[in-house]
Amino acid sequence: MDEKQALEDLKIADFSWYIAGPSISMWLAHHGAQVIRIESITKPDELRGIEPFKDGIAGINRSGCYANYNSNKYGMALNLNHPKGVDVAKRIIKWADIVVENFTPGTMKRKWGLGYEEIKKFKPDIIMVSSSPLGQTGPEAQQAGFGLELVSRGGFTHFVGWPDQDVVGVGYPYTDTITPPIAVIAILAALDYRQRTGKGQYIDLSQHEVAVQHLTPAILEFTVNGREGQRCGNRHPYAAPHGVYRCAGEDRWCAISVFNDSEWEALCKVMGRNDLVIDPRFSTFLSRKRNEEELDRIIENWTMNLMAEELMNRLQEAGISAGVVQNGKDLIEDPQLEHRHHFWYLKHPEMGICAYDGPPFKLSETPGRLTMPAPCLGEHTEYVCTKILGMSDEEFIELLTDGVFE
Amino acid sequence: MAKQISYLPLSPYRVLDLTNEMGYFCGKILAELGADVIKIEPPEGDSGRNIGPFINDIPKKEGSLFFLAYNTNKRSITLNIETSDGREILKRLVKKSDFLIESYPPGYMNKFGLGYEDLREINSRLIMVSITPFGQTGPRKDWKASDIVLIAMGGLSHITGSPDRPPARVCIDQAHLMGGAQAAMGAMIAHYYRQSTGRGQHVDVSIQESVVLSALTVPQAWDLERFIWPRVGGYLPRSGKRVRCLWPCKDGYVAWRIFGGGLGVKTRALVEWMESEGKAEDLSKVEWEKMDYLSVSPEEFDHWQEVFGRFFKTHTKEELCKEALSRGIVLFPVSTPKDLIEDNQLIYREYWKEVEYPGLEFPIKYPGPLFKSSEFSFEIRRAPLIGEHNLEIYEEELGFSKEELAILKHNRVI
Repeated sequence: MDEKQALEDLKIADFSWYIAGPSISMWLAHHGAQVIRIESITKPDELRGIEPFKDGIAGINRSGCYANYNSNKYGMALNLNHPKGVDVAKRIIKWADIVVENFTPGTMKRKWGLGYEEIKKFKPDIIMVSSSPLGQTGPEAQQAGFGLELVSRGGFTHFVGWPDQDVVGVGYPYTDTITPPIAVIAILAALDYRQRTGKGQYIDLSQHEVAVQHLTPAILEFTVNGREGQRCGNRHPYAAPHGVYRCAGEDRWCAISVFNDSEWEALCKVMGRNDLVIDPRFSTFLSRKRNEEELDRIIENWTMNLMAEELMNRLQEAGISAGVVQNGKDLIEDPQLEHRHHFWYLKHPEMGICAYDGPPFKLSETPGRLTMPAPCLGEHTEYVCTKILGMSDEEFIELLTDGVFE
Repeated sequence: MAKQISYLPLSPYRVLDLTNEMGYFCGKILAELGADVIKIEPPEGDSGRNIGPFINDIPKKEGSLFFLAYNTNKRSITLNIETSDGREILKRLVKKSDFLIESYPPGYMNKFGLGYEDLREINSRLIMVSITPFGQTGPRKDWKASDIVLIAMGGLSHITGSPDRPPARVCIDQAHLMGGAQAAMGAMIAHYYRQSTGRGQHVDVSIQESVVLSALTVPQAWDLERFIWPRVGGYLPRSGKRVRCLWPCKDGYVAWRIFGGGLGVKTRALVEWMESEGKAEDLSKVEWEKMDYLSVSPEEFDHWQEVFGRFFKTHTKEELCKEALSRGIVLFPVSTPKDLIEDNQLIYREYWKEVEYPGLEFPIKYPGPLFKSSEFSFEIRRAPLIGEHNLEIYEEELGFSKEELAILKHNRVI
């Protein structure tokens, strides 16, 4: 395949780690950008130590968590604590259009002299993105944090679960996945601006601030009407029934939502319970809302004997919004995701063929594509130095012997 | 087309936004970055204007806080694209636009001769973005999906909630935001390509796929280990341990978990604080830097968690966060909307924006821009009234006469 890629002349120096940073350059790489992912052998990305591992066996090059956020990138090992390591980093930055990092604010400057102001001196039009939990400035900028905890400060935990139980949280580091697309948008807008003006810029992305925008209606409900809201299970103000119902089998569930009378009648028909349509407890939307607990019991008594997939198919056929609560296996086998080619199967030297998430959108002319599995630690160091940076073999060997690539 | 250099990065570009509540966020993002986003509403107003909560609890279209949340910085015109005049007007607008965003069911725009193939004839530079639950193609493209269904089918519900209850979701709709942000990213990638080639394209976004991306490595856990990620409430399943992530404290909850290995120093930092208050019990003797989830026994691990749990209950969120910052502990509060408004970090960074609305005595306090830039200062401008900019667009720009506008209004075109 040699079709043109949307971003193929774009070059990224990726100093980031964990999920929130590397995902930024991954999205660009999926559409053709060249990304040099900088790690060190003595202190590799912690994500390499996080499960799932191929066949459940841990190993520095076996983490599916690392793999999933680093496809299509060149893996470079570089010891930034070696003075010559910083020189090599500068050569990579000179080659690049974009620098991405997500260390504790100030680290790039303090430890390696690679803050935005320093970089600008040798690469005036650089676009640099720093993503951090709480932003680069302010009294708590130095607070360390991970997505799994930050979702709580973002306000999401307050809105998940049931009011009669302790908080349960969302179960996934939501801020790690919703902030990278915003950083990519910021980068592409900055590139457009650079094209027009020749100017680079510095982007300070606070993951917390992006997250709070995801709750704007609830924030406005507080700032305007003074209500804080609360966790309300699976209820929805404009739908009844609206919930997740137990199906046949172990831990199998189907989500069903009914927003109006015609959907309600369709549901009753599928249930073979036309009597419910005229039952005064459920015949109007308000009556269904008033008797929602009873309604949920009736629905679940019916669903618990049905297979979730069969139920979903029958309800969708009748024009009702319904869907299986999909687990990992369901996702991998989902016919719609398969049709859309959501998962890409790439062959990795140690992990073999495994599934990677691809872009959730298709560009008609320049569709994204995944071509390279995540790099093994330092896999492309020599390639990057000699082929991309144009180092001589002698210089490469000298630096290698000096321990610059450790 | 000559573009004018203007202050914000996307100021030279125009976006036609035909989305409903499934796609507002895409246009909101582009508008925040300076694009001239024109929200095209049906003459009776957008369907999302019927979604609450409402200003002062008065249910009216121009008081929908849901609509007001995600249509800031946009202009609004009314247009019925199901009429022949409406279609002609839309085509005239498309000629002068850079992006068009829509979230109709697949095939709807084609029915009116407004599909991508048709619009490309009018403007080959156009980037058309279509946002739908499952995408434009595939066996389920025509399926219906509300937020709870998309969150379920995208793999998030299965890992959210406690094991003794049904799978749960964030009860403030999120799927449309994940889809909207991905749509804006797709649009910008296509835009970068257009800048060097002059060619537009169609961006076909699946909200379900966008949701899957937040399910972390749930599919990979199955693919690599045949492991089904369980639903364990405020815990993280790690090496057969239940690593507790959410803890009750004196006035609410905080998020924290035990780390070992390279991050063990973060756990030790908390234990040292507990020691200083004489509440560390037997945790002082644990070598946190050497601890790993795999080798510790479940009983011992649970015992440690009980001791930490007792300690958290003796402090408030504010006290815990203050010490976390000074001691290097990885801990965050479980914030309520009120906590967020009072959050010192957000206040210091001037995050909150006061937005004035006509007829309201006080401005509405809004979450601020998505990021900070060394070149720009982004702002939040209020969402438009229904058809607020009809005159600007129809009379001043397209040159319709007052008589023609009266006819278009009578025929329910605008």
